[in-house]
Amino acid sequence: MSVAAAVEEAHRREWAGVLAATVRLTRDLDLAEECAQDAYAQALQTWGRDGVPERPGAWLTTVARHRALDVLRREALLRRVLPLLVTRPAHEPAPADDRLSLVFVCCHPALSREAQVALTLRLVCGLSTAEVARAFLVQESTMAARVTRAKKKIATARIPFRVPVPERLAERVGAVLDVVHLVFTAGHTAPIGAGLVRRDLVAGAIGLGRMLHLLLPRNPEVTALLALLLLIDARRDTRCDAGGRLVLLADQDRTRWDRRQIAEGVALLTEALHKSSPSRYGVEAAIAAVHAEAPSWAATDWQEIVGLYDLLLRLWPSPVVELNRAVAVGLRDGPAAGLAALAPLLDEPALATYGYLSAARADFLRRLERWGPAATAYEEALALTDNEVERAFLAERLASVRRL
Amino acid sequence: MAKYLILIYGDEQQWAGMSERERLELEAGHAAFRAAAGDRVLDGQELEAPGTATTLRLLTTTDGPFLETKEALGGYYLLQAADLDEVITLAGMLPEVAAGHSGVEIRPVRDHG
Repeated sequence: MSVAAAVEEAHRREWAGVLAATVRLTRDLDLAEECAQDAYAQALQTWGRDGVPERPGAWLTTVARHRALDVLRREALLRRVLPLLVTRPAHEPAPADDRLSLVFVCCHPALSREAQVALTLRLVCGLSTAEVARAFLVQESTMAARVTRAKKKIATARIPFRVPVPERLAERVGAVLDVVHLVFTAGHTAPIGAGLVRRDLVAGAIGLGRMLHLLLPRNPEVTALLALLLLIDARRDTRCDAGGRLVLLADQDRTRWDRRQIAEGVALLTEALHKSSPSRYGVEAAIAAVHAEAPSWAATDWQEIVGLYDLLLRLWPSPVVELNRAVAVGLRDGPAAGLAALAPLLDEPALATYGYLSAARADFLRRLERWGPAATAYEEALALTDNEVERAFLAERLASVRRL
Repeated sequence: MAKYLILIYGDEQQWAGMSERERLELEAGHAAFRAAAGDRVLDGQELEAPGTATTLRLLTTTDGPFLETKEALGGYYLLQAADLDEVITLAGMLPEVAAGHSGVEIRPVRDHG
């Protein structure tokens, strides 16, 4: 492995740990980030000369913390702009891993969801501001301002760099899981642009999921979310054909699904369901598992899928879940039943600009051979979709129903 | 340690319409909060109804609160605590958080020291 590749891998695997251990020392996010970045820059030089150390993470942490001590000594007398971060009191035992404290700071409920996502990608996943900005389609300067504002709030409102007390843990873990899920969703089907998938966001989300599972191994919701991400991502290589065109779940080559990842996801899901009654992510993972284990689209157990959507609606009522349930009803009972199940959702304001509703109607109408209304529904779906790969698929379907 | 102001907002009509028992329950809730917070409470008061407010702006003095909203400021606590999570845990005990029409806002007090 080249030195550059070794540093890159250490960045992917160790960034959050290096940064978190440095934050503990500096109690200042900006300074810690700077020192951690310096450590990676120095690794490029030193590792080239002396070879890659046996424990790259420990090497990087030591360098970053030394650098921080130098700066702190030099600047001890300078007036600080922001107050220091609050860390755990001295009498409390040190946590096994500072990364968890970092995650909980980034996903604190006193920060907006946008700020939580931006901070998590920047500080925990180690993405640059430019990369985060690109992922969420905002100007780099806008994203930089968002991150700066969030860091300022963390310092000023004294959001602590520590793991929440047990009574608050469940609620706080919930916010962290929602952030991870959001990052995954944004990567799995990019809301806009040329590619269907944003690989860096998907990898970042799965990395976060694995890290949380490692740090909170007994939390069933964490386990269930990791299962969900692995099961969905197992289909990654079959979602587009060689020409980059969208391939629906119905038409994917199931022999090319990542069977090892599916087995891991199913094992995690089983473990989560043994520990507690199913959570939102547990039921979503169960739905993904039914698909992952079905030998073909036709042989999918739609009765089971409709039942799981019913359960999901009770745990997490949302118009999008109702839409997915209606589609499953159509696949179980035929396109006319599907269309009838979708009908009440047409007046739902939350779905007014949701392209998948139009696309689902279009598909049922097409299968009923109602070509005119199907074409209108495909036109609607096209107008509401900004991802180029999905647009190409819808345009092709529209052309085919127009010919009939 | 830092200081935080907890601002208690709620529907004035609902507060005014409380029965004697509801009033006693509310006060018991505040007593429990004060007991839990101990000497972290630096100050705390219930305010008179918003209709008793006077607002000064450039060249005018008017009756009523600064912001005419359904949810009015009904009282406050000034707290001293180590961090925001400590305040969130304590403030979560306030009866106004559990009531549907009211809630609390936590604002850090600027430290000029």
